[in-house]
Amino acid sequence: MSGGDKELFQPAPAAAREESVDPEGVGSSGKPRTLVATERIAKYFPVRSGWLGRGGRFLRAVDGVSLRVRRGETTGLVGESGCGKSTLGRLMLRLLDPTFGRVVFDGRDVTHSSQRELRPLRRRMQIIFQDPYSSLNPRMTVREIVGEAIRIHKLAKTRADEEARIVELLVQVGMRPDVMDRYPHEFSGGQRQRIGIARALAVQPEFIVCDEPISALDVSIQAQIVNLLVELQERLGLAYLFVSHDLKVVEHVSHRVAVMYLGKIVEQAPAELLYEQARHPYTRALLAAAPQPDPERKRVRLVLEGDVPSPIDPPSGCAFHPRCPRIVKGTCDREIPPLDETARGTGHRVACWNPHT
Amino acid sequence: MKAPRTTAHKCAIPVCRMADTPLLRVRDLVTSFRTDAGILRAVDQVSFEVPRAATVALVGESGCGKSVTALSILRLVASPPGRIESGAIELEGRDLLQLPEREMRAVRGNAVSMIFQEPMTSLNPVYTVGWQIMEAIRLHRKKSRREARARAVELLGMVGIPEPATQVDAYPHQLSGGQRQRVMIAMALACEPKLLVADEPTTALDVTIQAQILELLRDLQQRLSMSILLITHDLGVVAENAGHVVVMYAGRVVESAPVSELFARPMHPYTRGLLDSVPRGKPTANRRLVTIEGVVPDLRDLPAGCRFADRCSLRVDACVLDEPPASEVALGRVSRCWRALDVQPSPEQTRDEAPLRGAGSTPPPEEPS
Repeated sequence: MSGGDKELFQPAPAAAREESVDPEGVGSSGKPRTLVATERIAKYFPVRSGWLGRGGRFLRAVDGVSLRVRRGETTGLVGESGCGKSTLGRLMLRLLDPTFGRVVFDGRDVTHSSQRELRPLRRRMQIIFQDPYSSLNPRMTVREIVGEAIRIHKLAKTRADEEARIVELLVQVGMRPDVMDRYPHEFSGGQRQRIGIARALAVQPEFIVCDEPISALDVSIQAQIVNLLVELQERLGLAYLFVSHDLKVVEHVSHRVAVMYLGKIVEQAPAELLYEQARHPYTRALLAAAPQPDPERKRVRLVLEGDVPSPIDPPSGCAFHPRCPRIVKGTCDREIPPLDETARGTGHRVACWNPHT
Repeated sequence: MKAPRTTAHKCAIPVCRMADTPLLRVRDLVTSFRTDAGILRAVDQVSFEVPRAATVALVGESGCGKSVTALSILRLVASPPGRIESGAIELEGRDLLQLPEREMRAVRGNAVSMIFQEPMTSLNPVYTVGWQIMEAIRLHRKKSRREARARAVELLGMVGIPEPATQVDAYPHQLSGGQRQRVMIAMALACEPKLLVADEPTTALDVTIQAQILELLRDLQQRLSMSILLITHDLGVVAENAGHVVVMYAGRVVESAPVSELFARPMHPYTRGLLDSVPRGKPTANRRLVTIEGVVPDLRDLPAGCRFADRCSLRVDACVLDEPPASEVALGRVSRCWRALDVQPSPEQTRDEAPLRGAGSTPPPEEPS
């Protein structure tokens, strides 16, 4: 790696002033409350450009993010497409290798763990995908889909044990066990998503990344899946990273919410605080832009101009400044605002030079 | 896009409006598809009207027949396997279903045009956007290339594309998703249609871009006084953009009402269920959403009675035996339910007083088991 590259890979110092992994220390159970944490993590993807694809440019999908997910809790991650929220989810699972930064799972730095070392951890972290049509193998029966992980991790001693476990999992996600020998195409979107959840639960994970788990579903089915996820969390003590572009659903399921824009977290707070007292202009714009199912409500005309800029060549300073209604010339376009706590102990952090009050 | 109180430019006197025939009247439309498992009716006896310069929303979940209804209006249903079996689609009194294909072609993209969900797949990647808009113009209007090009630039400016004189030569892949949808709109508006059919125009877009596009559509509607048939599954989009709502379920219109009345007092249990399942206001303490249990019936194997019966909390014996007719249950309101008047308003409407998460003790209105 050349010197130039090294420079590029230095995290932006302003964005890096972060909490330590677990300031709250140890929870009541004797275990640390934080289950998964990233520290100033980043993922840059090389972009082919120029002659013979040797442009040496990078797409900064995630750029210096510190985020924690606590045991038994849901952390909501919102943002528009391309903001890096799915990439962050995959970094947390070590499905992608970070360009720099650390991933800590249950107090252990797993940033550089090999796939072999990760194998036992894989059991403890799972993912549910957006599209239940493409995330289930069409040639496998429900039994094979759900049972595969049980076999890989040797979680059942006998055939009968395995069968009983599959039945239990299907019942848990609200499906009749007699569907076991059917194929994914025989099910509706909602039912496929349930199968995907059963597959994730098969290894008894503690942490699940739910990557837009309901975006592809109809409204009435969305509510069913959301309720199922909340119910499972309560029963099994699961921790979720709930990635979604739907602020309203995220508010409903999350204990804490982080808002991402162009690879960075711009605001982060306990859920009710974020929705009641959003400080970042982008969060405000997102909240205002979501159409409300209430014809009597006066529409707040807060339409953001323009498109999300390219993460290949992000704007200087605060990445949001070209679209920001509260821009402070000379500051916002020059310096990256740090993600600082608004008041000590609130857990409300905002990265903005001129936040709402 | 809400219907203006009076369509001022056309007729300032409200009395005149009363006598005004609707721009579009769909009557008893039946569209079926031939499948391996037999014939299924995706659209079954659907009737509704779209007034002039107003927005009517067609709402429902996937498979309810809303998109097929839209395609039927433009006679774009692929045949085979699809077939418009019966009914009438009257545009200003003229039944489009009776027109020979030649005349229908003069209607499409002219008096009626359509925009689709995914702008990338509806634009031709090998032609510039200007070329595609010019094609739409020159197909219907006698204009020289130079005039058509000038008009294309004007249209791109109208839909908010920056530097339209340059962007007219851009290819679709050079534009963002939101800009592509703007181009689609420009193309649809090329001949100043009386009716714009918008099939999920913002579903594929991010929420801030969605807000921009909806704002644009509202603005253009006012300026051009066109009618919009807005097909969507998003009740938020409906509430903020439509004057009248038509709710579809399993190929049927189950309810039709002015937007504020529908939200304030649904008269079909399915509408009520849809309203309930959208998270609104403060989350409840137990973080549960209200759901409609069960799934949509298979169109190839429909029940004899009401199609919503086995998911309905108000079900009585009559519902299973006979399908209720679409009847006028109140002035300007149609419902296909035996118990239309027993449907209670969604309690979520009083949500603003609901307590904070964790702080309150109010259970959600209907605890799902």
